Amino acid sequence: MHAALLLLADSRLPAGGHGHSGGVEEAVRIGAIHDLPSLAAFLRGRLATTGLVTAALAAAACAYGSSASRTGWIRLNAEADARTSSPAQRDAGRTQGRLLLRTARRIWPSPALDVLAESLPQGAHHPVALGAVASAAGCVPGEAALAAAYTAVTGPATAAVRLLGLDPVAVHGLLAGLAPDLERIAATAPTDWEALPAHAAPALDLLAERHIRAELRLFVS
Amino acid sequence: MGANHDDHHHAADPHGRALRLGIGGPVGSGKTALTAALCRTLGQSLRLGVVTNDIYTTEDADFLRKAGVLDPERIAAVQTGCCPHTAIRDDIAANLDAVETLEERFGPLDLVIVESGGDNLTATFSRGLADRQIFVLDVSGGDKVPRKGGPGVTTADLLVINKTDLAPMVGADLTVMSRDAAAVRDGRPVLFTSVREEPGAHAVATWVSGLVESWVRDHGHEPDHVPA
Repeated sequence: MHAALLLLADSRLPAGGHGHSGGVEEAVRIGAIHDLPSLAAFLRGRLATTGLVTAALAAAACAYGSSASRTGWIRLNAEADARTSSPAQRDAGRTQGRLLLRTARRIWPSPALDVLAESLPQGAHHPVALGAVASAAGCVPGEAALAAAYTAVTGPATAAVRLLGLDPVAVHGLLAGLAPDLERIAATAPTDWEALPAHAAPALDLLAERHIRAELRLFVS
Repeated sequence: MGANHDDHHHAADPHGRALRLGIGGPVGSGKTALTAALCRTLGQSLRLGVVTNDIYTTEDADFLRKAGVLDPERIAAVQTGCCPHTAIRDDIAANLDAVETLEERFGPLDLVIVESGGDNLTATFSRGLADRQIFVLDVSGGDKVPRKGGPGVTTADLLVINKTDLAPMVGADLTVMSRDAAAVRDGRPVLFTSVREEPGAHAVATWVSGLVESWVRDHGHEPDHVPA
């Protein structure tokens, strides 16, 4: 395992992730998440859908990595767009990708990251950016996939701790319980673009769309 | 002068970009009112942009837009996910993005104000985000607050103590606040204001103008130079 993976997956990486709840804020508002078991169900569902797709996109971006061309990045980003039906989620995903690239280009400067940022000035989708950054940092596609799957559940879990005052140790216990799933997803993430999965999560799409229309919001998404 | 003046290790090359001024302080001390006052007083002479960090949605940004003190498009709002201090200190990515987006759209600008969400006495701006910072207290929090110190009170380039009109009503002794602030601030300035009674906050605006003048002198916009 490459040590840079730890930095990439660390919530302290200053790349704007703390402002996103991945649907948790809206789910808490409507009562769908209200305790540890309901959070656990949400995280499992998120991992099996969005988590799986983002892991595969990150692995593909990492494999594409240094051989990158403008048209290639635009095409891979379009694959991410096509798998994100909610406009609010697309916006949030691009914003997070843009912020990650802004940060990562200073930490791991690389021509490939410059090309990616210039190809997609509105922002590459977060998993695409994450995979490219993982490559620039020296990680392999399976590690990029692991980081993507990991952040797909840890960000929302942290948001739930903040919003509901859940016991943070119990929530980390939940995350530890998901570790085998994270490893399985990372190990099986395809890097071939034609094999990219497209698991949909309509409930997450709806949460994102309701969230963006809510009067009061603490989180960007 | 203060800690922020000694360290010129800025994250980005400061040449040709606007001065970035952070305004922080506890909830309700008058950060947004002070930001509006600065826009009101400086808006004619300086090219401004404002980034707000709201606790909830875009409330502060909306307040500023409705106040009519600045072109609404020059006011950007950042959401901080329950952690206002994180967004100005530990993970400044969203704020930097907002500042640079404003500069790209409306630049060159002279001054970008980043107003933090209401926080506590330990909240300060990262030097990667703000070149200079103001910390805003108000008298109704009690006249003990400056004595308690904390990085905001002790290290901000300017300490503003607002709502002086309320001092008699809450039993706050301004002399005590002034003496205590001076004791922990090592010579850095303190200004007393009542933005309610004096909506232009001219003393603070004069201090900010001075900052911008020296910023332009040291890092000025070159003619026809578009900031990177």
